[in-house]
Amino acid sequence: MYKVVIGLEVHCELKSNSKNFSSARNSYSTVPNSNVSVVDLAFPGILPVVNKEAVRNSIKMALAMNCEVPEYLTFERKNYFYPDLPKGYQITQFKHPIGINGYVMINVNGEDKKVEILDTHLEEDTASLEHYNAYSLIDYNRCGVPLLETVTAPCINSADEAIAFLETLRSIFLYTDTSYARSDRGQIRCDVNVSLMEEDALELGTKVEIKNINSFSSVREAIICEVARQTEILSNGGKISQETRRYDENTNETYLMRSKEDALDYKYFTDPNLPPVKISREWVNEIKDEIPRLQYERSLLYINDYAISRKDAYTIVREKEISDYYEECISLGGDPQLVCNWLTGSVIGNMNKMGLTITDISLTPNMLVELIKLINDGKISGKQGKDVLEKSLETGKTPSQLVSEMGLSQITDENEIRNIVIDVINENLNLVEDYKAGKRVFDYFIGQIMKKTRGRANPVITSRILKEELDK
Amino acid sequence: MKNILELREEIDKGNVTKEELFNNSVDMAKKYQEKYNSFVTILDNYEGIDSNSILSGIPYAMKDNVSTKGILTTGSSNILANYVPVYDATIYEKLKEAGAVLVGKTVLDELAIGGTGTTGHTGVVLNPWDKTRQIGGSSAGSAAAVALGIVPFAIGSDTGDSIRKPAAFGGVVGFKPTYGRISRYGLFAFASSLDHLGVFARNVKDVAIVTDIVKGHDSKDMTSLPDDDREYSKLLDNDVTGRKLFYIKEALENNDNDPEMEKIIENFKVVIEKCKTLGIEVCEESIDKDLLKAMYPTYKAISCAEVTSNDANLTGIHFGVRGEGNTPDEIIMDARTKGFCELIKRRFVLGSYILQRENQEKLFLNACRVRRMIVDRVNELFREYDGIIMPAAEGIAPKLEYESDMLSDKFLILGNHMVIGNFGGYPSITIPSGFVDNMPVGINITGRVKEDDVVLNIANKIEGSMEYANQVAKEMK
Repeated sequence: MYKVVIGLEVHCELKSNSKNFSSARNSYSTVPNSNVSVVDLAFPGILPVVNKEAVRNSIKMALAMNCEVPEYLTFERKNYFYPDLPKGYQITQFKHPIGINGYVMINVNGEDKKVEILDTHLEEDTASLEHYNAYSLIDYNRCGVPLLETVTAPCINSADEAIAFLETLRSIFLYTDTSYARSDRGQIRCDVNVSLMEEDALELGTKVEIKNINSFSSVREAIICEVARQTEILSNGGKISQETRRYDENTNETYLMRSKEDALDYKYFTDPNLPPVKISREWVNEIKDEIPRLQYERSLLYINDYAISRKDAYTIVREKEISDYYEECISLGGDPQLVCNWLTGSVIGNMNKMGLTITDISLTPNMLVELIKLINDGKISGKQGKDVLEKSLETGKTPSQLVSEMGLSQITDENEIRNIVIDVINENLNLVEDYKAGKRVFDYFIGQIMKKTRGRANPVITSRILKEELDK
Repeated sequence: MKNILELREEIDKGNVTKEELFNNSVDMAKKYQEKYNSFVTILDNYEGIDSNSILSGIPYAMKDNVSTKGILTTGSSNILANYVPVYDATIYEKLKEAGAVLVGKTVLDELAIGGTGTTGHTGVVLNPWDKTRQIGGSSAGSAAAVALGIVPFAIGSDTGDSIRKPAAFGGVVGFKPTYGRISRYGLFAFASSLDHLGVFARNVKDVAIVTDIVKGHDSKDMTSLPDDDREYSKLLDNDVTGRKLFYIKEALENNDNDPEMEKIIENFKVVIEKCKTLGIEVCEESIDKDLLKAMYPTYKAISCAEVTSNDANLTGIHFGVRGEGNTPDEIIMDARTKGFCELIKRRFVLGSYILQRENQEKLFLNACRVRRMIVDRVNELFREYDGIIMPAAEGIAPKLEYESDMLSDKFLILGNHMVIGNFGGYPSITIPSGFVDNMPVGINITGRVKEDDVVLNIANKIEGSMEYANQVAKEMK
């Protein structure tokens, strides 16, 4: 068996109103070539102007990944001819990426792992191409969209780890609100570097790069089949050649794109149209303050401090909005475990049934905490609680309002209950004999009392008083 | 031939309409087109916007590498022979807003690469003073149009000396302000770190008037400077007593006793005497000769490197003349093979070689360092001096077939010193200073960054001490 070594290069489109260097809208559109400016099409004479929002988001991501942010913002040109790149070069960061030397903590099947980030750099996306037999179509909507490329160290050792990293990275984009990171829209894409080494070897094996994989599940498949391919070559005494391959989802195989000898020389040089811009530390700190607690840290907090199960913690942190909802409930005084139970159970269950997201539902954190308190205070039963929750999700009314509207508030007044108990006993004097004779009729009495009170009598008090009265 | 202020007066008095002025210019442009070939496009219809600007109704010409929406803009290249821009350059927008009236788009050396005016796709531009000679380039047509008196001013671009050299050969004034003073948005890039837009006219005041209109910060150009809130045309008559200029000693060493160079130096010395009578002190200063001889190769390395990247958008895919082929690579290859002249292709190959991973440190980055060293040395001298004063060229306009000895000191130093203005982004102006062998010659003044007003002020004073302002090519008189 060989040790698997994987490094990832993840491209993710950033949110911003306009594109990275032009005033065209940065917005996903299914109408081709609808968000395009003269700058994107590289008409003669155009100049790039860097988008502050995109820079802000890239710095936010760099900081969220614990990277160092350089003193100056600078850009290089990466030169190559391809129809998806109208300028004939891509503006990117080569010498001074927006973030270097960072790390991201991931959890793989219960084990924590630190994934080193070599760099993360801001660049522009290319146009998208659709190839047909006799022609190709170009859509420039994507061309110039701010793109953040994040490069990990070769420190990932399995497909599981790779997926865990990608999921975590996506969560950071979502938690920091810097990207939609939707792979179905090509907003997050990945190149995978795979090499194998003997368990006790000191040097890394020869790496093979698999380019442009569009979904996380394909990343897993690509790694598995590339590891198998390399294992077979090495096991047969062969050598791996350094090359770039492409993964085909249909055949589940990787194919040679180009060998090392054909590697392009991109002739990077500083873009003279983009003078260095000072990144003030005040700005960096301001951005840092905007970063919320991230998924990994939140799951640790929930497990360690709130003592909820790992499984529940992950359910809650999967989406920032749900996690935010949960935390708001806690800050309103909700019990972490009870809120967790209601949230991961009835709330999410009903929400999914209704096809809504947590931000769409009419049950506010305030309302959920109120509902839990009503149950805790014995005002309503747990079962009634579920009914109230459903009604609240439907109508948007507060639990206390619903409790009174539905006539649900529990009877806890002992005198009132005693009167009802006595009434029921008087109506069933024949059964009192049975009771005294040791027959099992106690629950029948309870049933009659509940029927009379439409279930509102507090069960504990009712049970105690009934016993008292029957035993008299 | 009237200058801007005279035309302004004519229009304001009602002696001539704006449309008549436009038609006059168009008629002249057409008349001289066959002979001198200044224009790629001469416009048919008057399209003026009324404004209160001093330039309202004033006709002008624009180099054909500035983007003008709806008007063919070829860069004098076959690859753009059919290109009609869909947007306006900032400089064109400003001139339009001011009511200046575009007469036509002028021929340049293909894509502004070159200094002879002989490589445009529509043919060679000839010198109005002598048809057997070059007007120089790359802003050849703009220089010729102003020298011929077709228009009172024209817009050019300057990457090495592309405004200031043809201005000297054409006997007119050519000015490029500080880098960033005029937005480059819409100027077809040659070498972005060296490219400037600038102005030709027949006197310094006209140049200042036009610069006042077209300068200013532009949010579309990150290299553009903040506004300087100075009106250069109002500062032209400031006292220049006590101003200090220097000339580079090594540039004027005529070691081969070249007779033409000798006459250039004589002409220059006359100007220096004029300076002294104006109270301007002129001194001789030395700059390391190795550094001076490195100017041209440095310029070549940087400009070729930048242009190979800048012109990578010319693929014929998105615009321009479409190539033939079965794959994108073939189509691009065909378009670029047919679309560019040999000289340009050679520079692209050179630039590509210079930027290659294994050469970049030695060729490109070292060139950038030498550029820095030259600028550092000039800045050091600028601590003491307000500017450099030099002959604008090493000789008179060369014959059409002439090729320089590119290894001679004369070519490398006196012939190329104006590139200092591009290396440092300094404001730099050429004004006519008389004649050598019946051809016009000029002197160049280059000043401190952001002191455009000082350079114009000094130039205006020197111009006033001579009688070459407002001259039009001899044949036209």
